[in-house]
Amino acid sequence: MKKTWTAYPYILWMIIFTIVPLGLLLYFSFTVTSSTGTIFSLDNFRRFNQPIYLKVLFRSLKLAGVSTILCFALGYPAAMFLAGRDLKHRNTMVLLMVLPMWVNFLLRTYAWLTLLERKGLINTILGAIGLPSLSLLYNDFAVFLGMVYNFLPFMVLPIYSILSKIDRNLIEAAEDLGANPFLVFLKITFPLSIPGIISGITMVFMPAVTTFVISRLLGGGQYTLIGNLIEQQFLTVGDWNFGSAISTVMMAIILIGMGFASRYETEQEGSGLW
Amino acid sequence: MVTKVLKRTYILFLYVFLYAPIIMLALYSFNNSRTRGAWTGFTFKWYLAMFQDRQIMTSLYYSLIIGLVGAFIATFIGTLAAFGINSMKPLPRIATMNLTYLPVLNPDIVTGISFMLLFIFIKLRLGFLTLLLSHITFNIPYVILSVLPRVKQLDKNMYEAALDLGATPAFAFRKVILPEIMPGVIIGWLLAFTLSLDDFVISFFNTGSGVSTLSITIYSMARRGINPKINALSTLMFVCVLSLLVIVNIMMSRQKKGVKIKEETR
Repeated sequence: MKKTWTAYPYILWMIIFTIVPLGLLLYFSFTVTSSTGTIFSLDNFRRFNQPIYLKVLFRSLKLAGVSTILCFALGYPAAMFLAGRDLKHRNTMVLLMVLPMWVNFLLRTYAWLTLLERKGLINTILGAIGLPSLSLLYNDFAVFLGMVYNFLPFMVLPIYSILSKIDRNLIEAAEDLGANPFLVFLKITFPLSIPGIISGITMVFMPAVTTFVISRLLGGGQYTLIGNLIEQQFLTVGDWNFGSAISTVMMAIILIGMGFASRYETEQEGSGLW
Repeated sequence: MVTKVLKRTYILFLYVFLYAPIIMLALYSFNNSRTRGAWTGFTFKWYLAMFQDRQIMTSLYYSLIIGLVGAFIATFIGTLAAFGINSMKPLPRIATMNLTYLPVLNPDIVTGISFMLLFIFIKLRLGFLTLLLSHITFNIPYVILSVLPRVKQLDKNMYEAALDLGATPAFAFRKVILPEIMPGVIIGWLLAFTLSLDDFVISFFNTGSGVSTLSITIYSMARRGINPKINALSTLMFVCVLSLLVIVNIMMSRQKKGVKIKEETR
């Protein structure tokens, strides 16, 4: 049964709708159009190399980095707890951790608007107990909160799936040899969980760098991250060449990062979504 | 004992953190007052207002049409492709699988923008058709990833036995192969439909001329601030996605059980 041909429509489809568009993106990022015509040029990248734009890039990387660290700090203990032996309803609890991932992320972000705004729940409670109201929205704090809230499950899940597969005998052997719990964690559990940590970091950091929705809704209109910059170039300014160049830089960062991370992800395929 | 209590408290705190905003969102959709701080009584009026809101209803219509049609086309192309990929030689197979993973790994915003560039380049007006085409494209890989394992498990001999017994290829396909791969196909379709409903970023860049999906409508309303109608809509969507997920999950675990039983009886 030779039926390789049934994949041809798909391959054709993907060439038209994936390869060609990415080719166009590269084409736009490496050209400039003036009255004399379109010529090859690195001007778009040179322009991106200016302090105002680099500042946006570094700000995005910093925000995504801090959010990733926060997710890790909150998520690792949670993953350890879920993987612990003395848990009765493990499957239900893991499912509860994963469920918010499937709620539309716009809605999850919007939910925080309701809580944080000036007349929102948190300020109402503060007012009721006689405290002055805080301005919680449209600042770094709100954006961090939105990111941690949206991406935390993506950190917990891969770490949990690695921790739950660790061979108990290794830990018992270490304990028999006289290691205290802290040393066991430092020498056995933590090193073995590194692949899970790396895939968690990838799954949080990558979408956090590229988001433009969380920063727009919780950071307000003036708050610019790299995603917002790209959106502006295409939808407001209309400078496709420059927008494409920024997108190219971002795509390069992400794909290189993914390639780097995938070297550590060996046997946990299929645990990605559930 | 103390550490156990600490652990419990910590995990409880995390679940509260994860669920409180969603629950508050749902609660406020029943609140009589427009200002969110105070609870002034139970009401269904925001749900009523939502169903009378033309913008929301049109975007619901577009979301469903694009989700249903897009998922069908993606499932059709993806299922066919899964057969083809399965019978490929290693090298082209790896190349095709890499092509399949590319849109899955690429950031949404880059995918969305590259589609937009293509549509404008070939002078296709942004609107319903471009939205549909982009949704089909980002859905096909997920269909392939859920159908391919099923196709790999197919027993070739069964199909050939059917042919030997006089079945036409089409009949043998319908009676032997299709029932075997069906669970994978249905999961692929449901996944595609869910992702299509859920997508915002790619739709945002590929829509135009008054065509809008629910996500886009929510975004444009949320940018203008809080609106209880969005709360009502969110609550409904949350309930729908939840039920869809429960269905998919039950089917997946049944499928796994089915595979296990089969392996054991072999």
